Amino acid sequence: MDWGQIFNNTAYWIFSPETIAYALAATGLAVQFGFGGLLNFGMAGFMALGAYGYAISILSFGWPWWVGILVGCAAAVVFAIILGIPTLRLRADYLAIVTIAAAEIVRLLLTTQLFDEWTNSADGLGGYHAGFRGANPFPKTGADGEPIIYGFGPWQWTADQLWVRVFGMLLLAIAIYLVWALMRSPWGRVLKGIREDEDAVRSLGKNVFSYKMQALMIGGVFGALGGVVFALPSAVVPATYTTSLTFFIWTILLLGGAATVFGPVVGSVIFWVIMGFIDNVLPLLAQSDIPIISLLSSQQAATLRFILVGVALMLIVIFRPQGIFGNKRELTFVK
Amino acid sequence: MSDVSPDPRTPGSAIPDPGAARTAGMKTETVVVEVKDLTAGYLPGINIINSANLVAHKGELIGIIGPNGAGKSTLLKSIFGMVKVRGGDITVDGASVVGLKSDKLVQRGVGFVPQTNNVFPSLTIEENLQMGLYQRPKVYAERLDFVTGIFAELGKRLKQRAGSLSGGERQMVAMSRALMMDPSVLLLDEPSAGLSPVRQDDAFIRVSDINKAGVTTIMVEQNARRCLQICDRGYVLDQGRDAYEGTGRELLSDPKVIGLYLGSLGADGV
Amino acid sequence: MSSNPPSNPPAGEPVVPEGAAAQPEPTPTGTVTTATGSIRRPKTSGLAKGDSVPGVAKNDPILVIDGVTRRFGGLTAVDVEHLEVPRNAITALIGPNGAGKTTLFNLLCGFDKPNTGTWSFDGKNLSGIPSFKVARMGQVRTFQLTKALSLLTVLENMKLGATGQKGEGLFRSIIPAIWRKQDNEIEDKAMDLLQRFKLDAKADDYAASLSGGQRKLLEMARALMSDPTLVMLDEPMAGVNPALTESLLDHILDLKDLGMTVLFVEHDMHMVRHIADWVVVMAEGKVVAEGPPETVMEDKAVIDAYLGSHQDVDLGVVTGRVAGELDASAEELLEEIKEAEEASIAEAEEENK
Repeated sequence: MDWGQIFNNTAYWIFSPETIAYALAATGLAVQFGFGGLLNFGMAGFMALGAYGYAISILSFGWPWWVGILVGCAAAVVFAIILGIPTLRLRADYLAIVTIAAAEIVRLLLTTQLFDEWTNSADGLGGYHAGFRGANPFPKTGADGEPIIYGFGPWQWTADQLWVRVFGMLLLAIAIYLVWALMRSPWGRVLKGIREDEDAVRSLGKNVFSYKMQALMIGGVFGALGGVVFALPSAVVPATYTTSLTFFIWTILLLGGAATVFGPVVGSVIFWVIMGFIDNVLPLLAQSDIPIISLLSSQQAATLRFILVGVALMLIVIFRPQGIFGNKRELTFVK
Repeated sequence: MSDVSPDPRTPGSAIPDPGAARTAGMKTETVVVEVKDLTAGYLPGINIINSANLVAHKGELIGIIGPNGAGKSTLLKSIFGMVKVRGGDITVDGASVVGLKSDKLVQRGVGFVPQTNNVFPSLTIEENLQMGLYQRPKVYAERLDFVTGIFAELGKRLKQRAGSLSGGERQMVAMSRALMMDPSVLLLDEPSAGLSPVRQDDAFIRVSDINKAGVTTIMVEQNARRCLQICDRGYVLDQGRDAYEGTGRELLSDPKVIGLYLGSLGADGV
Repeated sequence: MSSNPPSNPPAGEPVVPEGAAAQPEPTPTGTVTTATGSIRRPKTSGLAKGDSVPGVAKNDPILVIDGVTRRFGGLTAVDVEHLEVPRNAITALIGPNGAGKTTLFNLLCGFDKPNTGTWSFDGKNLSGIPSFKVARMGQVRTFQLTKALSLLTVLENMKLGATGQKGEGLFRSIIPAIWRKQDNEIEDKAMDLLQRFKLDAKADDYAASLSGGQRKLLEMARALMSDPTLVMLDEPMAGVNPALTESLLDHILDLKDLGMTVLFVEHDMHMVRHIADWVVVMAEGKVVAEGPPETVMEDKAVIDAYLGSHQDVDLGVVTGRVAGELDASAEELLEEIKEAEEASIAEAEEENK
């Protein structure tokens, strides 16, 4: 086993677009569930709307890339309103059920032939990068005409790859700052109160429905931005935005700490690093002589990591629901 | 043991005949429930019951009274297997039931009527009664007759959802549900709680009727005066142990009991 | 919940709780010092225009209730024709179990919708207004099962109680400069109130660490943050240990001195007698009596509602367990029971059709 190679492949994930995208979505979920107590099981839907909103704006309507981002965010806000109006006055479970269904509906609408003209149905969309790459401040080629490689060791990127990461981290930094600013303000105080006891907060004169809707929208916008960052380097395919994606985001959130500002980021990094590590190591182990593992083919070994995510999620929920950074005394779902 | 006086309310007794096997109202010396030196509690290290003793003979109506926090409900729940027993013994029909879960006690003929959350609100009254008898569905019609004989109102409202009933009506349904299984002993947790005064008296009279039909009954009560007026024997619980014991009439006129738990029995009627 | 009826004084006898000293004579200045040393404050009188009958108009009503009914299926929980709550006085809403007090309370606070009826607060029509708006208009409530937010600190609980906070708007909250000053003022006010309720030492502790009685105090202090005009207390004495009762009563009396109106639901008759200026008695959904505590407690209709009019009946005789004849009172009781049963059957038959 080439440990050097394994290390490189694993460390890559600390600064990858996927990691940043998932961190953004998890931050959104932190606002909705961690601080607001809203059970959103449809984050994949928000991410899909962000990604497709971006791609379709560029490809079908010819709008600039930054307008595409705004369209993605607007779609998330509308989605949040549609989900929230019927369910936010009911028990939390109703939002959970509705969001699972709604996210799947979004995915199916994106897959169906009906809208093929805009979505390219199951094949997805690509080739929308020109605008974004055009805005890249980092020079792409050096004086000698060769592409410049930025970074060192396992983190070596071309200008375009660097630009995606820098932009993504900028969005993530803004999101984290907003969450931090919101939660230490009186607005955040009201939200924390609602999470614990709506009636008490109502009796103090606060419009509970309005606050819950705002939390749902903010979290949704962050999720959409996560979808945008996910789409930036490559392509958008509807098959990505399944319920599994939603539960990966949940795992990341609970791992880092549901009601913390940095928990989602840390959770995302840990998640992707470990996934990367297993993805590298397990297939190699499968080819070796170690009992049991060698029974798996390389392909199966790679897929095994997804099963392990499920197991990890269960273990976190059972044994440490407050995650790494969470404060046990503050969380309503930790007894 | 005294005979039962004829019921002065109706010349021909309104109480239905529960069946030939049971002699209505006769009390015997057979011990149905015995609690010996019981120690029990919910949280580790904290005992709510401290060396309590109780005996219920077949056909008796036993009342358990005492101030708040004395452990009356806890004692009842211990008999029903809902509280951890840490010392002493509880026997039903001679066999020890310590450590048995509640469903096993139901199989042994112990019926329990809790104070709250005592009906299934989304089921109809009839379905609630059926729930009381799911272990032996064949005798359903017979038991339904018996129960609606005592609670005529329920007979007319079988299709009504239990969730739409008032507190007092739910009490009736809960008691009927327990009666459906033809219990050998009925445990009642504050049957008059939350009821208006007239309904309370009604409840006590019905409990008395049920007992006269042959059901050994142990009831925990806050309304000490009414409870003692109808029970055969009573226990006064204080801080987890039985402080006084005697027949209902003895306790009603015992000055120690009056002073502690009944308040003054003057015209103010407390 | 105990179903012990309140101790009503037989007519003509002074109320002397067992073991307590006899009531002290009023001092020359007009104030009375009780056995525990606190000063008893004089009651407000002259609140009603005319005789103390149910629905009597008040000289200065803050709350006027008209034709409010609330039905649950076939059961009429509340049926109040007319009720006025006097301003700047302490009114007690009492009644036996099932009288409809808590239901009426919830209706007035906007936590439930009535089937019919209107009511106005300070002249403003409140029917149909959601509970959070009612709170903003100056009418706050506490809950029987304390709703101190245990996952927030005591200070955060208090600050949540203030209304009109700029920082609570979504966009303004991001810029601290907009709300910082106001937040500091709110914090000062909160610490002030906490000091008054002797909770200031606990300001930074999570509310979960407070005892039950301290949480009651916190909920009351929190309700005062919005400078309400009407304070509605739902069983403020429920679950409070006797040592804290006096202090809680004093705080409620303070509210009146500060110009607020208090309406509370209670089972504890000692409390009602101690601090209420006006008592409204409900039974079976209706108002059966109104008036100053002393007269109301002796009203036969009230005693009947609470104790039932058949305290002298011996159920042992009625059920045939004890030898004896049924007297007139026992016959009446049986009649009443039978009537209730027949009414219930008739209702069921109506619904079955």
